[in-house]
Amino acid sequence: MEGFFFIHLIVYHVFQSGLPGFLTPSGLHFPPCPSQGGQRFLVEMAAPLTLLLILAVTIRAALFRSNLAELIAERVEVVSPITAWKRVVEGLALLDLGVSPYSGDVFHETPLIIYLFHFVVDYAEITFMLADVITAVALYMAVKDYNKQVFRKQKFALEADRYPLDCLELIRSPKEMYYIPLKVAMFYLLNPFTILSCVAKSTCGLNNAVVALFILSTIKGNALLSAIFLCLATYQSIYPLTLCAPAMLYLMQRQYIPVNFRRASFWWFIAQYLFMYLGSLFVLICLSFFLLGSWDYMPSVYGFILSVPDLTPNIGLFWYFFAEMFEHFRLFFLCVFQINVFFYTIPLSVKLKEHPVFLIFMQLAVISIFKSYPTVGDIALYMAFLPVWSHLHRFLRNIFLVSCVLLACSTLFPVLWHLWIYAGSANSNFYYAITLLFNVAQILLVSDYFYAFLRREHHLTYGLYLKRKDGSEATLVLK
Amino acid sequence: MAAYRCSSPVWLFILCSFSVFIIAGSEETPVAQEQHANVPDNPQTAAETAEQTEKETGGAEERRWEGTEVRDAATQKQAEPVVLQSTPRPKDDFQEELVVRPLHSGDIYASFQFRTLWETDFMRGNKVSHYRLFPKSLGQVISKFSVRELHISFTQGYWRTMQWGQPYLPSPPGAELWVWFQDSVTDVDATWKELTNVLSGIFCASLNFIDSTNTVQPSASFKPLGIGNVTDHRFLRYATLPREIVCTENLTPWKKLLPCGSKAGLAVLLKSEKLFHSSFHSQAVHIRPVCQDWQCKTTSWELRQTLNVVFDLHNSGQGKREWSLFKMFSRTLTEACPLASSSKIYIDITDNPEGEHFELSPATSLLSQAMVLGDRRTFSVYDLTQQDTFGSVRSLNLLIRWKSTEGDMLRPLLHAERYVAGYGLQTGEIHTLMYNNHPYRSFPVLLLDSVPWYLRLYIHTLTVTSKGKDNKPSYIHYQPSKDRVRPHLLEMLVQLPPNSVTEVTVQFERALLKWTEYTPDPNHGFYVGSSVISSLVPSTVAMDTNSTQERPLFSSFFPCKEESSYFVRVYTEPLLVNLPTPDFSMPYNVICLTCTVVAVGYGSLYNLLTRSFQIEEPSPGLAKRIANVIRKMRGVPPL
Repeated sequence: MEGFFFIHLIVYHVFQSGLPGFLTPSGLHFPPCPSQGGQRFLVEMAAPLTLLLILAVTIRAALFRSNLAELIAERVEVVSPITAWKRVVEGLALLDLGVSPYSGDVFHETPLIIYLFHFVVDYAEITFMLADVITAVALYMAVKDYNKQVFRKQKFALEADRYPLDCLELIRSPKEMYYIPLKVAMFYLLNPFTILSCVAKSTCGLNNAVVALFILSTIKGNALLSAIFLCLATYQSIYPLTLCAPAMLYLMQRQYIPVNFRRASFWWFIAQYLFMYLGSLFVLICLSFFLLGSWDYMPSVYGFILSVPDLTPNIGLFWYFFAEMFEHFRLFFLCVFQINVFFYTIPLSVKLKEHPVFLIFMQLAVISIFKSYPTVGDIALYMAFLPVWSHLHRFLRNIFLVSCVLLACSTLFPVLWHLWIYAGSANSNFYYAITLLFNVAQILLVSDYFYAFLRREHHLTYGLYLKRKDGSEATLVLK
Repeated sequence: MAAYRCSSPVWLFILCSFSVFIIAGSEETPVAQEQHANVPDNPQTAAETAEQTEKETGGAEERRWEGTEVRDAATQKQAEPVVLQSTPRPKDDFQEELVVRPLHSGDIYASFQFRTLWETDFMRGNKVSHYRLFPKSLGQVISKFSVRELHISFTQGYWRTMQWGQPYLPSPPGAELWVWFQDSVTDVDATWKELTNVLSGIFCASLNFIDSTNTVQPSASFKPLGIGNVTDHRFLRYATLPREIVCTENLTPWKKLLPCGSKAGLAVLLKSEKLFHSSFHSQAVHIRPVCQDWQCKTTSWELRQTLNVVFDLHNSGQGKREWSLFKMFSRTLTEACPLASSSKIYIDITDNPEGEHFELSPATSLLSQAMVLGDRRTFSVYDLTQQDTFGSVRSLNLLIRWKSTEGDMLRPLLHAERYVAGYGLQTGEIHTLMYNNHPYRSFPVLLLDSVPWYLRLYIHTLTVTSKGKDNKPSYIHYQPSKDRVRPHLLEMLVQLPPNSVTEVTVQFERALLKWTEYTPDPNHGFYVGSSVISSLVPSTVAMDTNSTQERPLFSSFFPCKEESSYFVRVYTEPLLVNLPTPDFSMPYNVICLTCTVVAVGYGSLYNLLTRSFQIEEPSPGLAKRIANVIRKMRGVPPL
């Protein structure tokens, strides 16, 4: 399954980048804005999406029924101490025993999750499948809306003759963009990482659904819903806090508020959004307090995420680093590693202030690489965005290598885990090495997309075929 | 659930009161000194009183226990108070005794008990400064830390219940410490920490390794054994160190607490080169307040030092089934401790009423009968305070020579075992098996499990099954662990059906620790302390309702309450569990490599964020550059 996915990814990339933008003059005559034919569009696209959903649900249902489900639920790559279903069940069992689930160190999910499953624990499988479906549909709708805007913006730019003439092959055609939302949904639903995560009943799927709804409401321009979903996502795992910046940038862009520190409207909007965000966060935190009647959950959930006391191996960078850390440097490195996750927000927001959706993608990727308890479910969320950036493929430098490494690592994870934990013929270094490689590959993937994005923007301003002063063909370098 | 909770305190109270009662009874102390006024002592005195009338050895074949028992008890009950009140009783008192029980496996079980009683009050404002028999070091500990009860044991080896029967005083392998503090103690945890450190010094043991990660507060399993009905378990601390190794350095300070040291009396036998060459060795100290008299008007402190040892005679006796004091301890006895008011040796001859299994020499004139662990046992008694015990050679060397190897032991009614199931280093399952061997009676047991935090228990996987059916515990007290702070505590009350095995399973996950948290030999594994099973077990005497021919008919119709059940504490094996380990040689490498990866992420993003795209200007060749430098020096524009 994984193999299929990555081969698909490679073929997809090679195919896309191998074909030069065959822009014919006819391509310049864009069809009328798709929103006019919205009805037709909806009917045409609904059928494949429905089929996709049915396929995805079937695969998941089949896996739930198989005996693989138990095996998958134990995999450290798929579940973390926070998201493991076993721990959620333990929390429920503790509640039944009359013990606070946060009095121990097994349960680390938020009070809302435990109360959610208090009612739907018997329908957990359906809940998790539903969460995946919601994520996929939300991403589908968000990307569709986003593409419409991209297209419109491009049209205005073209009409204003803002693009250099030799850039015409960089212009995106509606034909290319037509299937992108479906591909996004497909990349999410059929990604083996998502499937594994869903079958393991990792609560990461729920977090992804919340983030997807946040993206949808942001792209639809609903500031209130955006703030509420962002607050829910933050409440679940702190890190989505950094998505605040792209959300505000996007909403301001949509409302034609200039990003200018000297303008009152800018500050007024920021204040409004932060008020909604912090207000709903306050409500959520108080609600959790009243559900349990104590603040126990604060150290148990957020303290646990930030101070990384549980060193169970996972695909991230934290576990082995802090297992091997010298005691007196622990706090220092803990701060460094945690700040690292949040730190990129500011420079990225400055650099990408015109492109908040790409900023969201970058943030999601940075979070899922550098967070303290990452799982494959987090990776699946940002990977779902890859089809949105399919027009960047001609500028990607090492996508083949990265895909191969990711593929190899994904298969080596279980192999080396088995050698270390069960066979005893390898030690922890083997597994650690694979996590390192996996993270390097992810970093390369993300920075490659970032590079390609910046390069395309550069070409759209300065022309595609750049010449040196002496008229020979020039190469672009970063300086 | 609520109903169960209501009923459980009742059970606990019953268990508690019986534990006081039975432990007190099993050690053959005159009941009058220990019982509460409200405990009916008549039938029990009959069963438990140690002293028996003297008999000639020649009359052994005409022993008739039915008759003598009742009469002796009656006579003694009249006689004793008279003695106590007529002579001015000293404020402190010391007794010593040794019980020897030949085991069916061919091994020998020797149990020493030294009891010091002192009528004083450590808790009063004025300091107790004059010590006679009571060791000063322990007296100071009691008064400084406001200890109500203290029980500490050091054990090497595991008591094999199925081969050896129940021990007189059970103890888990390693060190065990449980303390009840006075309710005047405000900061129990700090006091406990200080106390363990002090005891660590007194007993020369690693009790200082007791900290919050292995201390629990059992809610039901450990009740005060002395007077006082405090049941608020906030003042109780219980800890075990299953890895503790007991050796000579622990025995020496223990012997120094005795009034006679190891100079005289039974303690002469305690030579470490023999004691530690044994299958099982356990030494303990129990301190508790007890009633001084029948009405419990005054209380006194009791210090009980016990030492239990099982010698493997097949090993040390060169296959010959014959042993003597000299063979076991490489010493013989020449005198009692001069400070002791009583000094006795008891030999369990219950299975040998006619001398058909073994032969005892020198023969003794004294016999005694007692209810021990629900069974009526007969003992030959050697009173060391009597000079004629030592005979003409002025030394006592008890000798038992086995005649036959037959005879089967009554199987213990309750025993338990425990093991870890599963493979690999990720998860596992703890199985605890509890056997009820009683043919027709079920009884409840309290199971206490204290599991270190690095085995993360999943309480929702807890199953209790007996005879293939789910057996829901009527009471569960579970305290989940906190990483690096406190262990898991699981206590439950389970009803064991007759003649059955009850299996308790719970799954756990093995944690990866920080590299500094591993022991120096991490691949040896980590120890998990024994489970403690406390129970009121139906008495074996009450079990054989049909064998009435040895008892008067009037005594055998209704099972009498005191005999119908007795308190037993059973410890299971400690567990040895492997955890996944990091590579201990790698800290620098790991720090460097991980930081490199983070730097790769940081660097590549930094690169893209701070730089901009520019057209590459080909760098001029080396010759051209040199030429340019020269031209620059000449002041000519470069090429």
